[in-house]
Amino acid sequence: MNILKLLDKLSDDSFFSKQTSRLDNLSDITSFGKKAAVAAIPLGLGSFMATSAKAETTTIDPTTMKSALTDALQLALTLEYLEDEYYAKGLAKPNLIPSSDRVVFQQISKHEAAHVSFLKATLTSLNVTPIAKPTFDFTVNGAFAPMDDYQQFLILAQAFEDTGVRAYKGQAGNVMSNKDVLQAALQIHSVEARHASMVRRMRANKGWIELASGGSGSGGMPTATNPVYAGEDVTMQAGFNTATAFGAAAGSAAYDEVLTTAEATAIATLFID
Amino acid sequence: MKKPINVSNQGATLDTSRRNFLKLSGIGIAVAGLTLVGCDDDDFVYNDNKIFDLGMGDVGVLNYAYALEQLEADFYTKVVNSFYAGISTVEKEVLTDLYHHEVIHRDFFKAAITGATNNVLPTLEFQYPNVNFNDRNSVLATAKALEDTGVAAYNAAGKYITNPTYLVLAGKIVSVEARHASAIRDLISPTPLSSAFAGDDVVNPTNGLDVAKEPKDVIAAAGGFIKTPFTWKERGIN
Repeated sequence: MNILKLLDKLSDDSFFSKQTSRLDNLSDITSFGKKAAVAAIPLGLGSFMATSAKAETTTIDPTTMKSALTDALQLALTLEYLEDEYYAKGLAKPNLIPSSDRVVFQQISKHEAAHVSFLKATLTSLNVTPIAKPTFDFTVNGAFAPMDDYQQFLILAQAFEDTGVRAYKGQAGNVMSNKDVLQAALQIHSVEARHASMVRRMRANKGWIELASGGSGSGGMPTATNPVYAGEDVTMQAGFNTATAFGAAAGSAAYDEVLTTAEATAIATLFID
Repeated sequence: MKKPINVSNQGATLDTSRRNFLKLSGIGIAVAGLTLVGCDDDDFVYNDNKIFDLGMGDVGVLNYAYALEQLEADFYTKVVNSFYAGISTVEKEVLTDLYHHEVIHRDFFKAAITGATNNVLPTLEFQYPNVNFNDRNSVLATAKALEDTGVAAYNAAGKYITNPTYLVLAGKIVSVEARHASAIRDLISPTPLSSAFAGDDVVNPTNGLDVAKEPKDVIAAAGGFIKTPFTWKERGIN
């Protein structure tokens, strides 16, 4: 991209003097530049840009060493603590996980424990104290019984993994100023996606999310998990209609969507005592 | 035609974050990344043999992703046009979905890059000399390699992207590739259940991180499938 050309266009155009909604602004963009593609703002990015005060990942509070980047890592660590504890508890519970399935959850559990260690070490290397592990209530005040009922264990496992994928994705912009942290975040994010795919398929779902549904039939998800899948049914990606070729299910499944910091935090908080 | 460009640095900060340019003159609006002004021919990078170069900066990364999606789309198109003997219902459904997703990814990149630059990777030609499309093991092993390679490629390429919009878009795709990889790995040997979906061969057992492979190494690994030569000089692929 030629920044000078773009700046020239920006200074020429009366585009920015109009008071319009975000959607109107995007349609105005088509009038400048040749073959300009109108890009829809992904949810995560939109809220990222709205919080201009905290948007600078290079701004570090000198007393606490906190920044948007370290906040992102703390959120990731919270989610990893949750998953790590969940799987450790599940594996330790006698007669919960069938012996045929244990190998899957042992592998997932190994990864989540490793992610906790990795994120704590990363935060420490950035001179920030990692948050302490919260106390979790996986029953959500008795609404669920994942440690007594294997089907519920699977349901929440699916919810946690699909949440993790979207939550990491939503933090990409906050960590991109540090190339090492960004790459590590991407490398964890794809592991969560492998986990999600496997757990989903163990529940007779597809490994990918079609429309905004957590699953169907015996793979269905309770309405309490709707926030995990809300927004997954979008079929416009940067102005490109992903449903044209093969329909909305395929188009929506080809892309996973972000969860904002607030959305991911809200989901995690459900399980924190 | 030379056009004088007056750039005011009032309110601009000269740090490494490109997002700051959006804050010039109080413009806090999202100029979402794909509204790039059309670039001139001087953005083409050709060597003497007119072999296509993927380009500089974000354009290079997008073309790189486009190349890999072209490969996957081409492969799965061949798979679904002639499913291997003895294919199960589940395998057919998975491979059909993967075909759908990769074609969508490919067409998305073509549209997005075309809208942003003239330096669009042409349609590549592919070859599969060691693949037997009528053999289950051969097809699934190749699918596994392609999906794992895709994940590794995106994981390492993310740091080369400067525009946050592009990074998020790449992020939206890589997790789907990882879902694919997980499913294919499990399909290869579905019973008994195993750790193959996220095996120690791709996910480091000590830190839990998935593979990340530099562009040079990805092209070296996948290049055997790609007949049409191209370069990516910025990333050392000549």
